[in-house]
Amino acid sequence: MKERYFIIDVARCWDCNNCFIACHDEHEGNNWPGYTLAQPRHGHRWIDVRRRERGQYPLIDVAYRPTPCMHCKDAPCVKASGGAISRREDGIVLIDPEKSMGKKELVASCPYGVIFWNEEQNVPQKCTMCAHLLDDGWEQPRCAQACFAGALKAVSLEEEELQRMIAAEGLEQLHPEKGTKPNVYYKNLHRFDKEFISGSAAVKHDDVVDCAQGVQVKLYRADEMIGECLTDAFGDFRFDGLPRNSGEYRVELQPEGSSSQSVHADLASSINLGTIIL
Amino acid sequence: MLEKTQFSMLLFGLDKSMRMAAAKYPAYREKLGEMNVVLQFKLRDNSQGRVFTFANGKLNSKSGIHADPDVVISFEEAATAVRLFKPGRSMLDFISAAKAFQVETLGSDEQVCWVSGIINLLFHLNVDYGVDVGNGVRRYTNTTNGGPVFVYVKDDKIIRITPMDFEEEDADPWVVSARGKKFSPPKKATASPYALAWKSMIYSKDRLLYPMKRVDFDPDGERNPQNRGISGYERISWEEALDLVVKEIKRAKQKHGPGAILNGSGSHHTWGALGYWLSARPRFFNTIGFTPVVHNPDSWEGWYWGASHHWGQTARNGGGETYNTVEDCLKHCELIVFWSSDPEATSGVYGAGDGTIRRQWMEELGIKVVHIDPYYNHTAALFPGKWLAPRPGTDSAMILALAYVWITEDLYDKEYVANRTVGFEKWKEHVLGEDDGIPKTPEWQEGETGVPAKDVRALAREWGTKKTYLNSGGIIGFGGACRTATGTDWARGMVYLMGMQGLGKPGVNMGGLQQGTPVDTRFFFPGYSEGGFSGDLDGTAAAVNMYQRMPNLMTRNTSQQAVPRLKIPEAIMDGKCEGYPTNPMTIEGQFFKFGFPAPGHSPITMYYKYGGSHMGTMCDTNRYANMYRTQSLECVVNQAIWFEGETKFADIILPACTNFERWDIGEHANCGGYIQHSFTQSNHRIAVMQHKCIEPLGESKSDFQIFLELSKRLGIANLFSEGNTEYEWCKRYFDATDLPNAISWKKFIKKGYYVIPPLPENRRDPVSYRWFYEGRQKDTPELTPLPGDYTDGFRKGLQTQSGKIEFESSSLKRFDPDDPERLPVFKYRQSWEGPNTTELFEKYPLQMISPHPKFTFHTMGDGKDSVINDIKDHRVLVGDRYYWIARINTVDAEARGIEANDLIELYNDRGSVVCAAQVSERVRPGTIHSYESCAVYEPVGKPGVTTDLGGCINILTPSRMMVEKSHAMAGNSCLIEVCKWNKEERV
Repeated sequence: MKERYFIIDVARCWDCNNCFIACHDEHEGNNWPGYTLAQPRHGHRWIDVRRRERGQYPLIDVAYRPTPCMHCKDAPCVKASGGAISRREDGIVLIDPEKSMGKKELVASCPYGVIFWNEEQNVPQKCTMCAHLLDDGWEQPRCAQACFAGALKAVSLEEEELQRMIAAEGLEQLHPEKGTKPNVYYKNLHRFDKEFISGSAAVKHDDVVDCAQGVQVKLYRADEMIGECLTDAFGDFRFDGLPRNSGEYRVELQPEGSSSQSVHADLASSINLGTIIL
Repeated sequence: MLEKTQFSMLLFGLDKSMRMAAAKYPAYREKLGEMNVVLQFKLRDNSQGRVFTFANGKLNSKSGIHADPDVVISFEEAATAVRLFKPGRSMLDFISAAKAFQVETLGSDEQVCWVSGIINLLFHLNVDYGVDVGNGVRRYTNTTNGGPVFVYVKDDKIIRITPMDFEEEDADPWVVSARGKKFSPPKKATASPYALAWKSMIYSKDRLLYPMKRVDFDPDGERNPQNRGISGYERISWEEALDLVVKEIKRAKQKHGPGAILNGSGSHHTWGALGYWLSARPRFFNTIGFTPVVHNPDSWEGWYWGASHHWGQTARNGGGETYNTVEDCLKHCELIVFWSSDPEATSGVYGAGDGTIRRQWMEELGIKVVHIDPYYNHTAALFPGKWLAPRPGTDSAMILALAYVWITEDLYDKEYVANRTVGFEKWKEHVLGEDDGIPKTPEWQEGETGVPAKDVRALAREWGTKKTYLNSGGIIGFGGACRTATGTDWARGMVYLMGMQGLGKPGVNMGGLQQGTPVDTRFFFPGYSEGGFSGDLDGTAAAVNMYQRMPNLMTRNTSQQAVPRLKIPEAIMDGKCEGYPTNPMTIEGQFFKFGFPAPGHSPITMYYKYGGSHMGTMCDTNRYANMYRTQSLECVVNQAIWFEGETKFADIILPACTNFERWDIGEHANCGGYIQHSFTQSNHRIAVMQHKCIEPLGESKSDFQIFLELSKRLGIANLFSEGNTEYEWCKRYFDATDLPNAISWKKFIKKGYYVIPPLPENRRDPVSYRWFYEGRQKDTPELTPLPGDYTDGFRKGLQTQSGKIEFESSSLKRFDPDDPERLPVFKYRQSWEGPNTTELFEKYPLQMISPHPKFTFHTMGDGKDSVINDIKDHRVLVGDRYYWIARINTVDAEARGIEANDLIELYNDRGSVVCAAQVSERVRPGTIHSYESCAVYEPVGKPGVTTDLGGCINILTPSRMMVEKSHAMAGNSCLIEVCKWNKEERV
């Protein structure tokens, strides 16, 4: 049985918000009977583009994570709703506006915070994956149709096709530990929820400081080497994908023909070790 | 005699056609019922005629001459009449006959327009447009400054606006082969966020839905100009409003004389060749005589006032040509330097999202990138590379240091410098410090820019050893750095650096894949600056092509007076000012200083403003609020879509509708004129019929219609409209393009768009400047420079006197060789407002930059209660107000006790603005980043004096000219201080 999934590439999102705007355009002022009532003019983010900055000036990184309803296989909102929220065979989770009328508590049932309360209409609301359009033959929901950066697409896949895609593209779920089995998969999620250690290597000769290109840099966790790279033309290096608050690391820089130098890092969130003169 | 018989038959046939149309089409019947008119067709000598009597929707006609007709259409001879009466007549023939008085129309404008209407309507009754998509929904088409769109309408209400997906039959996109791969864009269009937000802007609570008058504006008594921006409005009827405006126009002309009426627009308006700011507006104002606002080249500044002296390109305001550089870049380039360049955020200009995928190819091919910008901009975030963040206004120090490394380490193209440039030795002296004792080493530049010497040396070595593209600005000729106090130097330096590296060599050129796609540049569909139906040969680029392509009455302003846009407040408050022209014709055009008032002309007593954008787009903008209180400014009219910004200072407000509520025609990303072939930003050229998707909201009218109504009252309606409606002008425009060779009018209006096919690979344009590099005659499809500017023969060399890249500018040498701000060879200068202006810097230690915004095109997108306000990087909701965002470095925020989303006050001696703080590592310490182009101006107290809550940070920017002998803004050289807002107004 095919199910519908969102596939989102964090590295390709640049916060243009076309997804958010297109969603608003589709739903503000439009009721889609059988699917959802209209979205209010302001305040709802059925797809929410979240921003993450990492590092310190000038070695930084910025990434964005579009966050729609996860359309979970094991959705807490469905369980909490007493039949007001259901999951279709194709995986789309829908809130029935009539049955959910007045049930403000359903907003809190979502561990991803993607259900919104519509004060005017007295109903909880969220992303429907534009089911009314998909059912009408549209190939993509509005958000994905408007995404020109290729960061967001909706796909309909058999389980094994999905597994192949996960393996091929290194897809991850957001907070799988919540156990809700989301139908949203992310690529390059580390740009958002992992940390990096970076720095710049330089050499000094005759009072002139130059960037040190091609220096071998190794990252150690305790005594185990867990990463290595070469500095670029600007002497910069970066080890990404490290867990937040993961503590002590050692960075070892090995310039060709001279002695190595070590720098310790206590990693809370992403860190720029600054310029290291070799 | 034969002609007389034919004329007689034609008139008889006209009678029959009208009767049949009325019988068949209710709309036509209704139209006929609008007026009772006696219409006389005749020959001028009264030897033949037919009288059409329209009364209560009925038509009677008989041959003969009426004693007292309402409208007379008179022909010199029967042969002329027969020729002009034929369906499919030549408009050129018609215009020529009218100008020779071979055909004359007499009667009231109202009735004449109506008569033209019922005759012309016979040719387009029952037009079928748009596509039925079921459930009572029709899909129309339109286009915007952020891309073309489909518009879904049900029951006269827009239900959705989407990017365009193409059909199978539409042209397939181009394919570029590079490094063993093939790249081709998807077969669909893209749209910018502000394009997709249109529905929320159309159905906005800030829409002006009926004409209004300021409550204490009494044209026959107290006008109370001191209350502009303060007192409220009352609704008036269109009749009242139009009569009032016409009375004021006449009063200004009769009481004060030529030039008393000032008109200007924002530099952007709703899209469409007919409705844009360079079309209907100049056509009307030329016809009444007015003082135009002369636009400073606000996006180009340093390029126009600086770079053009070294490589010409004045037709592009000093920016470069960019033909087929996408292919060259993908094939050969190894490094792209984005210098003050954020094509993602700015879409280049009008480029929708088409450029993004091309930069993804860049990434796929492993082309390295470097970003030079005080802000870690959105292109940098999406395509990371080395980020160098110079202090604002110091970029030219980095330029000199790059040259220093290239010279001392032998990393530049000496042969190119010898053969393709002049004056290098003089600059080299400055670079090496032989003239001033200061070698411009990377270490030296570190003191100015704050960027480590080692990084600049590394960049110089990378750049000097790799085939490098330089993308200076979102498109070539833009960039925030060109709007600093040293913007001329930066732009001049960009040309110098390319002159050292061999501009035009394979893989060495200008661009960042934003321009230069292999679309068909030779298919003629004009851009907006080609003037639409303005007929304005002086103020638009109509003389390039439209004059021969679309015969229409040329229009010319009779007033020789002009006001520089940046000096409007001085012109009104002080009654005098000076400026320099934006003249793209030739390098020396910018040297002609002009004064206001012009000899023998009137001061400004009436300001007819089109839109309300200046508070958020010009500089030191409290001036613009204050000028409205000037007693001698007797009347202010604002024709606008939304009640925002300066619109709230008008005495009379005329509500205009959007381009979704009127007919128009256009191609996005096509400017023409000052960015010829700017559609090479697009992956697909898309000519769009801009359907009238819904009726105008409320009582709003199209700009065309407003000007037409005024024209009728001024007796100039025939001159303005030539008897044609907007729809009919669309057809005339269509006929002027190459579209009729490719698609029928019927199909075009039905389907709504045509994808102009790309040329086959062997007919693609040559790469820009390759001809120059190879020392050949110019072979790119660019009409400029004008023939007279070539010194070694037509299309040989550049526009400069030497025909080469001039390190030492011959034009500046001729104009003022000792001007310390613009020496013929660019030398380092510090900003007149920056860290080096120590006294001011002590008081205001933060440098604010205000680049072109990401989520609003100028002011179009912001405010208006639109969905854009909810975008987290655009505004922040605090309490019940959406605040504009100012970005501050963590260190500076901590020093001031500022946390994310705190309301903060940005201030200096010019004023104060409240914004929401975004605490970020993306701005270099000591710098504040806040976009220009806020649409909302909301002073807490008296306008022009008190703190603004709307977010017009341009209130803080200097009004000093970038260089004295220019008309150039330098908003990115701006010192301010920031503190948490204590909710008190600062005066």
